[in-house]
This record gives sequence, structure tokens and C-alpha cells, in this order.
Amino acid sequence: MATYSTNEFKSGMKIMQDGDPCSIVENEFVKPGKGQAFNRVKIRNLKTGRVVERTFKSGESVEAADVMDTDMQYLYTDGEFWNFMDAETFEQVAADGKAVADSAKWLKEQDTCTITLWNGVPISVTPPNFVTLQITETDPGVRGDTASGGGKPATLETGAVVRVPLFIEIGEIIKVDTRSGEYVGRAKDE
Amino acid sequence: MSVQNVILRRAELYSVIREFFSERKVLEVETPVFSKSGNTDPFIQSLTANFSISADINEIHYAQTSPEFAMKRLLANGSGSIYQICKVFRIGEIGRLHNPEFSMLEWYRVGLSYHELMDEIAALLKVLEVSEKSQRISYKDLFYQYLEINVCNASIDQLKNCAAKFKIDAIGLGDNHDEWLNLLLSHLIEPKLGVDYPLFIYDYPASQAALANVRQESYPIAERFELYLNGIEIANGYQELMEGEGYRERFCLENEKRLSQNMDEIPIQNNLLEDLQKGLPYCSGVALGLDRLLMYLCDVHEIKNILTFDFSNS
Repeated sequence: MATYSTNEFKSGMKIMQDGDPCSIVENEFVKPGKGQAFNRVKIRNLKTGRVVERTFKSGESVEAADVMDTDMQYLYTDGEFWNFMDAETFEQVAADGKAVADSAKWLKEQDTCTITLWNGVPISVTPPNFVTLQITETDPGVRGDTASGGGKPATLETGAVVRVPLFIEIGEIIKVDTRSGEYVGRAKDE
Repeated sequence: MSVQNVILRRAELYSVIREFFSERKVLEVETPVFSKSGNTDPFIQSLTANFSISADINEIHYAQTSPEFAMKRLLANGSGSIYQICKVFRIGEIGRLHNPEFSMLEWYRVGLSYHELMDEIAALLKVLEVSEKSQRISYKDLFYQYLEINVCNASIDQLKNCAAKFKIDAIGLGDNHDEWLNLLLSHLIEPKLGVDYPLFIYDYPASQAALANVRQESYPIAERFELYLNGIEIANGYQELMEGEGYRERFCLENEKRLSQNMDEIPIQNNLLEDLQKGLPYCSGVALGLDRLLMYLCDVHEIKNILTFDFSNS
């Protein structure tokens, strides 16, 4: 079993806590001139996304988590699992609904996503920062309105709903920032 | 801050400090960085260097973690009041407020009590335009004021419950009072200290005496103090322990603690113990972190931004 000492702690390091794989978000070394040192750490649970604060007495060891991020191409879903393929080795993995979670609404076939594997099993799926998707449903466009501050909801081919400017029409392909869920522009404008 | 600004502000600070001590007839001294014996403090890891000229000999020397021992040898030899600005080294101490090599101002005042030394530090802070006045509170009053804990008789469960009440999720602590007190102090109290005015905490539990004199009241009190500025520990000082035998006892106890923590035993300071037989004069002394003081003066929040080249870039 691989372990890390608190002396090795740094952000991004993957450790096991409470039976779940976690990532260190922030590590602060606290030491009085005389006396015991501590590491005050913020830890993100990679399964739930929840961040907790924890203090370790310096010198303690914690179990390392066998976690790796890998880029994989999205293939298809059968409704229960989402299937991804490593474009170099052609190895495939199936992520369940818990791992895919909210990312499902951005997944378009052949897009490259980042899959977080724990002991080889997907625990989370991160879509590309930007995706280009076709609009399947929205209210009719308002011609001439190119700068209105308003906007309207539009449903995309993957099922996601985003706010778009009033002039956008059904069938158009738009670019969306998946981190904020916001419309960026028409894909053809690029 | 630009490197130009960093070197300028440090040069200005050192010049003010030297003038301050020159006016008070405190002599600047220089002592060796390396010694065959080292610091037995069970929470400090010393840097070692191998000075052997051939592969068969292993001549390990310890880099100073503060210039305390050598300066006390000078005091025992009749130097009178002295100060030193030097680099000190501590392995593994790296972070927002720590760099493994850092600059220390350490001074000793013969004939002064530790409260009179606090007055002098306050005078220096005034000259540096840090603050016109400062405040003092005893360790006991501090814990009572902030956490309603009586440190003289608090049980270990009381300390643990207090940490739990404030939702401190602590891993790896045993049943040692000082560990829990340090945890509570660093998490719950320190951030609020020295915000309005520089704050001195004085009179520590005897278990945290280090090399300070211990006075017996209804319970033993270490005549030790620390200075805080904006939630950050800046200095640590003592009414100095005078008897050589007391030093030997504390070094041996610390080495026992090191061994119980799977740390290496450090050869104790026999040169110092020998010089102390001549007698250490009644004096108080303090070590002040110059990098942290500069951080305060320049309103900088990470130590690396006040160094010319920090550890990762040296």
C-alpha cells in the first residue's frame, strides 16, 4: 500500500480519506516556533465533489489513492452506462450514472472528455471546456436583435438547456462553456 | 514586489535595527553557523553537513536553527548585551510563512527582565513605525478570554471537546495537552492576535518552557513570551534560564522525546554547558523573524514574496 507523509502534501495529490478517493485542494503548513507542526488541508472527495477541511499532525502518513485522469473519447450510452474509449489503446470503459452525473447533458459522440479512474474504474467524467452543439428546440428568432440583453432558453441535441440570444434559431450550431453552462457564440463565427 | 523593492526595504530595515542597537550600546556579534552539537528541540529538524575530508571519516556538523547557544556562550564569557542578524536553517519548514532558511534577529539584554525586554521590542516597533503602542496578555488569560478554557487545570477531554465544538477535524493527535493547546491556539486564536496593536503573549505553561526560566506559583510558569502581528508569530523570547544543570536536564529530556518520536538523538551542547559553569548573567533574550517582520512592513502575505529568491527558486 503506497502512503504519503504530510511532508509530501501538495495540491492535486490524491489520497484516501474515509474510504473514498480524494484530492488535496489546498495545503497549509502551520508551525509555532516552539511546538508541534500541523498541516491544514482542504480535501475534495472525488466521488461526491464535497470539500472538507482537515488538520493532520505533521509527520502522519496517509494512504495514497490510485487515481488517474485520462483523456477518452465518448462513444455512446445505453441509458445505464456511458462508454468511453482511449483513442490510442482502444481500451474501453463504462461509466455509471453516478460517475457521469451532470456531465451527461454535454456528452456528444466522439468528443474527448477527461475520465477520472480510481483503481481503473471511472468515478467522474469532465466534458471538454467548450462544446459545439446543435439547437433542437427554442422560440422563433427575432430578426435584427443582435445585442439584446435578454435571451431565451434553447434545448441542445444532448438535452442541455442554455440561455441564448433572441436571434438564435432552431438548427443552428452554437458553442457553450460547459464550466459555466453559458452560451459563447455561434460555432460558425469561430 | 519587485526584487529591487525587496532588497531596498530589507536594507532599510537592517540599517534602522543597527542604529537602534548602536544607540543602546548593544554590540553586534557573529558566531559560527555550524557546530558538532545541535538543537535537541523535538519539533525541529536540523540541517546537517558533512565536513570530512576523507571518505573514512564522518564528521557531521549541525547548522544553527537559531544562534542561541553560541550567543549564550558569549554571555557566559562576559560579552554584555549583544545582538546578531543571521541566517538559520530548519528542514521541512516550508509554506506561506516558512522558508527552510530564514533570517533572524536575536538579542540578549544583560540585567533586563523579560517584561523590560518586551518594552524594548515595543520601542523598536515604534521606531519602525509599526505601532505607537502594544498590548500584553498572559497565556492563561488568553485561553480564558477566547475559549473559556482554564489552561492550569483543563483536562484533555475538555481540550478535545473544544476542538470538536469549533469543528476542527484533527487527525493523529494523541493525549498530549500541549499538542491540543497548540491546535486550538493556531486554529482559533492566532488569526485574531495583534490585529489592532502588536500583542505579546507571556507566561507559558511550564511544559512549553523551552529554555526559559520557570517560576513557581501555585503551579509552575515559564517566563516566556511571543509577539504577534496581524495573526502571525513574529518573535519568541525568554527570561533566560541561568543554571547550567537546568540546561543539561532539558537537553536530555528533549532527546528522550526525540527518540520516542523515532527522531535521531542530537549530541548535546557540551561547550555551552562548560561555559555556563562560569555562570550566565541575569538576562533576557529574544529571537525575531526578520522575513515575517518585512512581510508586515511591506503588506505582503507570502514569505516568498519578500525573499530575493525563495527556496523553490534558490
